[in-house]
Amino acid sequence: MSVDRATVHRIASLARLAITEEEAEQLEKELSGIFDWVAQLDELDTSAVEPMTRVAAMTMRLRKDEVTDGFYADDIVKNAPKVDDHYFVVPKIIE
Amino acid sequence: MSPTKLTDLTIAEARDGLRAKSFSVQELAKAHLDAIETAAALNAYVLPTPERALEMAKASDARLGKGEGGALEGIPLGIKDLFCTKDVRTTACSHILGEFTPTYESTVSANLWAEGAVMLGKLNNDEFAMGSSNETSFFGPAINPWRREGSDAKLVPGGSSGGSSSAVAAHLCMGATATDTGGSIRQPAAITGTVGIKPTYGRCSRWGIVAFASSLDQAGPITRTVRDAAIMLKNMSSYDPKDTTSADVPVPDFEAAVGQGVKGLTIGIPKEYRVPGMAPEVEALWQQGIAWLKDAGAEIKEVSLPHTKYALPAYYIVAPAEASSNLARYDGVRYGLREPCADVTSMYENTREAGFGAEVKRRILIGTYVLSAGYYDAYYLKAQKVRTLIKQDFDQAFEGVDAILTPTTPGPAFAIGEKSGDPLDMYLNDIFTVTVNMAGLPGISVPAGSSSECTPLGLQLIGRAFDEETLFRAGQVIEDAAGPSAKPADWWSEAK
Repeated sequence: MSVDRATVHRIASLARLAITEEEAEQLEKELSGIFDWVAQLDELDTSAVEPMTRVAAMTMRLRKDEVTDGFYADDIVKNAPKVDDHYFVVPKIIE
Repeated sequence: MSPTKLTDLTIAEARDGLRAKSFSVQELAKAHLDAIETAAALNAYVLPTPERALEMAKASDARLGKGEGGALEGIPLGIKDLFCTKDVRTTACSHILGEFTPTYESTVSANLWAEGAVMLGKLNNDEFAMGSSNETSFFGPAINPWRREGSDAKLVPGGSSGGSSSAVAAHLCMGATATDTGGSIRQPAAITGTVGIKPTYGRCSRWGIVAFASSLDQAGPITRTVRDAAIMLKNMSSYDPKDTTSADVPVPDFEAAVGQGVKGLTIGIPKEYRVPGMAPEVEALWQQGIAWLKDAGAEIKEVSLPHTKYALPAYYIVAPAEASSNLARYDGVRYGLREPCADVTSMYENTREAGFGAEVKRRILIGTYVLSAGYYDAYYLKAQKVRTLIKQDFDQAFEGVDAILTPTTPGPAFAIGEKSGDPLDMYLNDIFTVTVNMAGLPGISVPAGSSSECTPLGLQLIGRAFDEETLFRAGQVIEDAAGPSAKPADWWSEAK
């Protein structure tokens, strides 16, 4: 299954990656090669197979609905590139 | 004891030496810090932490002086840069994390410090653990201390845990933490002559480990002996309420299994692991391993794992899909790099473009594509169904055998740049290891011999879920038969 240039640009935009035209050219070839190779999975009839949802049988644990974590806003914003008080600062979104 | 000798000890030997007061924790740490300082050529450490190491060593000596101390008291370890370490820069070897300095400690590393271990520094890895050669690291490749006979070409230490395997093989730490999503502990261990075990999914908490593919990622140790791997894994494992996939099962004393032998065990040999392009010496080594286990009293039985060839293509759907979701968090807002832009979308797009390397972008795009509208059933759902088939193969095989023996890699260490031109060629390195992650099972790689180029090769043992003990039993038999693994000739040390 080959991937064309327009598709590369479309998925790059979905993935929020500002790729260059040179990268798009390279990726078109590489992704097509990878999807061609992945297509061998079509040899398998999986219509009656359940998808794996967890690797080991395990029942989901429950815990009391209470606050067990938090109250360290200083830590949370510590590594942010731009902060105002306890807020992350980003370029203006709404005019 | 001279300082060079201290770096030659195993964890088990150092533990005894420290208890007997033959040397101090500070002497042991200093010997390793000196070795690290002269080994810049290997690029194994991306951030040595000598001050932290000496501070921890001093506290450890004080505990030992009072007759206290944990199971890893005073043992100097390296930590893969995928583990968050409090107040110590953690980057996953990606530019996008910049100078990220966690305000918390990963559960696995916290467990090690609680038992008295000493941190020497942060180890190199492929960017976000995506790679099989450590060549995708933002800090440049780590180098294998082994070289081909008669050649000074630089070989890769494997990946993604290439800094861990290089540092352990070159005696720059006594053991290292590592992580394995498709083979990233076992493949680097095999081609550096070290021991690496990926335990059962859920054995080690993933909390505080930079996420790559959450349904596959699992932490484990790289060490120089099977016993040391057992000691380290016991102290890395725990049930952790902070990781919902962490297994609430008792952690056995893995070291007690070492030395129990393989009498009464049945070892399976899967015929599907004989693949085109496999080096002839790998086949010979596999036969040797079968003979060793048989001589030690194991019964050998052929098994069939018919869906083996589909594991790698299915992995290259599941892992990129999960990675594209996990890596969505790197957007220039909360931590790491930000490329300043006038509007928020350009800020996201330019930050991610500048911060991620080529392999990471490739996988994000594969993942975004297979999860995009209209393709989910054809790719992700299909791959998860193939995973069920792979798991069923193993379930059937384990009805008649206790463990499965395979080669770890299709060949020995390759040179820097030799395989980086073609992504598919690189992906094929994980052909024997990736099935284990897809099924969530434990797998160990043990050094077993040398290639025709005099570089190390390993054999892999695969076990039932939560039966790492059988792997330690059989792994020790291979280690005993193969003889102690040699230390590579030192070409990297600079004169001080």
